[in-house]
Amino acid sequence: MKRRDFNRLALGICLSPILTNAKLIGGTDALAQETRRDGMLELDDLQHIVITRVPALTGRYEFLSFRQADQGRAWLSGILDQVASVQRARESIEREQSWVSVAFTWQGLRALGVDQQALGTFPEEFRQGMVARAEMLGDTGRNHPDRWVGGLASPNLHAVAILFARNGAERERATRKHQTFLARTPGVEVLSSLDLDGFPPFDYAHEHFGYRDRLSEPQIEGSGLEPTPGSGASVKAGEFILGQVDESGELVPLPKPEVLSRNGTFMAYRRLQEHVGAFRDFLRQHGGPTPEGQELIAAKLMGRWRSGAPLVLAPEKDDPALGADYQRNNNFSYSKMDPQGYAVPLGAHIRRMNPRDTAASIQRRRMIRRGATYGPPLPEGAPEDGVDRGIAAFVLCGSLVRQFEFAQNVWINDPNFHELGNERDPLIGNQDGTFDLTIPKRPIRKKITGLPAFTTLKGGAYFFLPGINALRYLAGQS
Amino acid sequence: MSHDQIGTATRRDFLGTATAATALTLGASQGAGAQTASINSQEVQVAQLATGQSAQLTAPASLDWTKPTAMAIPKEGYFKLEQGRYGPIFPRTPANYGFTVIAKVKPGRESAIREYGKTIEEAVKANPNVLAPLRLHYLRWVMFDVGSGLHFMYQGIFDTDFDKYVEDAIALFNSTGITTVFVNLEGWPEDWRTNTLAVIKFFRDHQRPSFLEYGEYPYVTADEVRKSLSVKTALSTMLDQMQ
Repeated sequence: MKRRDFNRLALGICLSPILTNAKLIGGTDALAQETRRDGMLELDDLQHIVITRVPALTGRYEFLSFRQADQGRAWLSGILDQVASVQRARESIEREQSWVSVAFTWQGLRALGVDQQALGTFPEEFRQGMVARAEMLGDTGRNHPDRWVGGLASPNLHAVAILFARNGAERERATRKHQTFLARTPGVEVLSSLDLDGFPPFDYAHEHFGYRDRLSEPQIEGSGLEPTPGSGASVKAGEFILGQVDESGELVPLPKPEVLSRNGTFMAYRRLQEHVGAFRDFLRQHGGPTPEGQELIAAKLMGRWRSGAPLVLAPEKDDPALGADYQRNNNFSYSKMDPQGYAVPLGAHIRRMNPRDTAASIQRRRMIRRGATYGPPLPEGAPEDGVDRGIAAFVLCGSLVRQFEFAQNVWINDPNFHELGNERDPLIGNQDGTFDLTIPKRPIRKKITGLPAFTTLKGGAYFFLPGINALRYLAGQS
Repeated sequence: MSHDQIGTATRRDFLGTATAATALTLGASQGAGAQTASINSQEVQVAQLATGQSAQLTAPASLDWTKPTAMAIPKEGYFKLEQGRYGPIFPRTPANYGFTVIAKVKPGRESAIREYGKTIEEAVKANPNVLAPLRLHYLRWVMFDVGSGLHFMYQGIFDTDFDKYVEDAIALFNSTGITTVFVNLEGWPEDWRTNTLAVIKFFRDHQRPSFLEYGEYPYVTADEVRKSLSVKTALSTMLDQMQ
């Protein structure tokens, strides 16, 4: 794509009412930052979800099982044309109403007929799957795979079709279309599905606890997208895309055959239920009677005010304008600006998930998240209604064990992260009432003991998201 | 919530790293105040030398740095199998984490390894923080031949679980050239530049777990030592200023 085209695209997005007035499930915030640079990425082969955020308000995940290989391949052949590459999605983003991505578990690749020798060349953690890695990931107790929903813990989970749509009507239309495909292939079973819905206010992305979301995202070198100020350098493509040089400067050998693995990405799916009632009770209990005090506790858990304003830059008082300003809301670091954690506690969510300049080899631990909220919002002031609501997201990376599993095992669930001794991520760690949160404060720190669980893992899986050519190969077309 | 509910506490529990979880009703901070970590460590033998007791079957209620502590470790190197990302996790002991990697030196490579000691000395002199990501207390590099050929031993005591930060360590070995020592060892993977898994396997295969570890000031991290000495220095300065 020529530079002129990118400018037009960016302009179109900025002027689009959907993009300025709607919550973006796929998100496009970063697209406005686009500037073209020469890259070596095969944008016509990469599935769009790796790089492109689409202007969607709704979505649906369908989790599939292939009872017969030929039926699975027939299903894939039928849906393949709807899976847009980065290039196609960019060219058509203004007129498209919905976007489809397709990915497979290791069992799914086997069910489609990939031979044993090739299957053996995929990384061990992907072959084992998320269920087998549960203990190390901290998926124990209430988060244990035995309690997962939707058949996600089953070895019969073979594939996911990810749909993002501009609105509810488009989702319905695309869903019916998919059902038509499925009707032709009775050997393909829908294990479960999940509808994704944004909820008001629609002018920015946020989740059920009320935090502004999608503030921090690594950008892939050569993608044409630039990281926002303070987000760190662009990341070498190999950190996300197989067949590209990674941050070690090396080209890591690909799983076989190359036609299957090239331009593929691994994805960890996480469906996290959010316990909004428990979260609000906690804010009231520990933040005192004033809304300001409660907002401060919410900010200390996250490391940002719910407006998105980072505590490092706004330690005392919320600054919503700062939170909404992508030129400023990532422009901070920790080692010099907040070494003791007086602004952002060492154990706060964003300080764990991206320790910025306080972790070694940070560029080798970056992840791209794609996903959305599900379930209805819990109205402010309403008691917990027990309804399942939360975030269902895919974490994209080139190496599950080095990126996703490291984040789960160390950043999120290692009680001794930053030598904290007895803490886990206060929002997404495996909390069982025995861990603490230390909030550094002069003259003496505040320690909250016995943190409750604000989230519960309801399901997860490891997927491989092949390139477009690889999808054709899997469908038996090449 | 009662900690009695945790029936299968691992040795890590008393280190404040409970992995066993029980169902907890949402919405209430019932765990508040439940600070004492679960203690159920039949598999642990901890000798509290300060109390004069011989090996006993209960763990200390807290990681008390004032009580010199010894810990006998089973042959496998761990008390209870707990999977890390790359294999079983080795426990934190009174002497913290660490490893002892022993491998045979390739013929004729002794001087190459020995000379590399000087290179590391210079590298640390030039940048005292160059090894900081390894979170080390001490390193000991030894070469010995007790009749079965020359061997190299890399013994490190550090504050993080090696499994957790192994890729960072390998990246550091590569960037500082420490890897140039390993290439002189038998069994080192030829494709180490692109095959991190093979490098990790080398370290795990050549790791020799301790069967006894002892800490005169147990479980204290290097960071805590540094902080304590800083406080002492600051106090001395303050007292000087009061004169």
